Amino acid sequence: MKSDIKLFENGKRLDGRKPDELRNIKIETGVLHRAEGSCYLEWGGNKVIVAVYGPREAIPRHTQNPLRAIVNARYNMAAFSVDDRKRPGPDRRSREISKVISEALGHAIFLERFPRASIDVNIEVLEAEAGTRCAGLTAAGVALVDAGIPMRDIPVACAAGKIEGQVVLDLGKEEDNFGSADLPIAISPRTGEILLLQMDGHMTGDEFNTALDMAIKGCHTVSEIQKKAITEKYQKTEGD
Amino acid sequence: MTITPSIKREYLAKLAGQGKREDDRGFDEFRPITIETNVISKAEGSARVKIGNTQVVAGIKMSVGEPYSDSPESGVMVTAAELIPLASPDFEAGPPREKAIELSRVVDRGIRESEVIELDKLCIEPKEKVWVVFIDIHIIDYDGNLFDAASLAALAALMTTTVPANNFEVGDDYPLPIKEPPVSCTSVKFNGNVVIDPSLDEEETAEARLTVATDQNGDIRAMQKGLNGSFTVDEIKKVINTSIDNGKKIREQLYKSVGK
Repeated sequence: MKSDIKLFENGKRLDGRKPDELRNIKIETGVLHRAEGSCYLEWGGNKVIVAVYGPREAIPRHTQNPLRAIVNARYNMAAFSVDDRKRPGPDRRSREISKVISEALGHAIFLERFPRASIDVNIEVLEAEAGTRCAGLTAAGVALVDAGIPMRDIPVACAAGKIEGQVVLDLGKEEDNFGSADLPIAISPRTGEILLLQMDGHMTGDEFNTALDMAIKGCHTVSEIQKKAITEKYQKTEGD
Repeated sequence: MTITPSIKREYLAKLAGQGKREDDRGFDEFRPITIETNVISKAEGSARVKIGNTQVVAGIKMSVGEPYSDSPESGVMVTAAELIPLASPDFEAGPPREKAIELSRVVDRGIRESEVIELDKLCIEPKEKVWVVFIDIHIIDYDGNLFDAASLAALAALMTTTVPANNFEVGDDYPLPIKEPPVSCTSVKFNGNVVIDPSLDEEETAEARLTVATDQNGDIRAMQKGLNGSFTVDEIKKVINTSIDNGKKIREQLYKSVGK
């Protein structure tokens, strides 16, 4: 029905963005009282809130690693976050996303300092509109800093994709549904290491290179917004 | 039970003996309440409610479904509350447990029994098609008194809900038909002291809990007592009076924040 709409016309996308333009991003840190670290993030139409607990003893015990901490990210969507109500609780999609996010975050944390512990990262998607895993991971990076977890770097994520033969940054809702490829990545911005990479759709080798390049640039832009949010919180605390 | 509450208990009891509370509130005083509506644009209605540090988001989704066979001309409402691990170090992931189930049932009862949603106006075709109203409540930050925060969030969300008739091709969108809602106020008792709107520490040391929902006329619409302890008749009368007073203020704020 909607698939005949033009996603890309006259150098502009459906929502008026240029090919390499991000949606609006707003990050706020230290938003929750109980959590050790927290972050609220709006990315276009996405609204995500993240709480970090730990390092604390990992339970059940068999999940403990005697040499390092485990990262336990839990990506969860609210029932009201999407057009058709989502049944509460984890499904196969959210379990997979939880796994790849846990792994990506783990790379940035000094896990060996906390044997047998778990660092729990709860990612709640309150409203979803394409790119929630990138939004969730980006918010998780900030929440980990807020929790005072020792890290090598603040992980950050961003996606690139392809619509109507054109490589674009940060797919919107229609672009995600009707576009031809999606490439979400997460990086360690200081070293440029890639922590998460997934792709679905169809891209040529050249297109992939352009998209990856674009996504990495996007990550660096988002990284600046992350750092600003963190500095803002601590400036505020000092001023009080 | 951890060791902290038993130390806290003595501290709170000592304060209460001097007529004080940990956060300098009066015994009959709520923490500051904020109500924001339309926070989730994907939902048909939504609200974020804060009572002190406690924070709750409620979202309403609606769809067309079949009625129950014993009420073929009434809409259906479903309430679910999730105590997600985001909100507290003590909440665990997984299917709802006792606490989440009690919470969603108390909120559900408050709305269902006082007929806040006019379910008989939500029939599309008798016996075939009616509206189903899903009330989903997410606890975001847990610092005590979830009952009041959750029901207030559910009410604010319902009062700003638009029936998405257009999307389901059954006519034009219209506001969800709502009646005057009762407002619930919870009090707890510890060491013979009764305080309203318990903080988490007060809740953890409490011996008894009483939730009273009152309407705009100051009539009682629902009550629920919890925990092992007991109340005297005088205490209950006093709780009802403070609940009516606080309920009045909260109702005014609720109407203001939903623009009515």
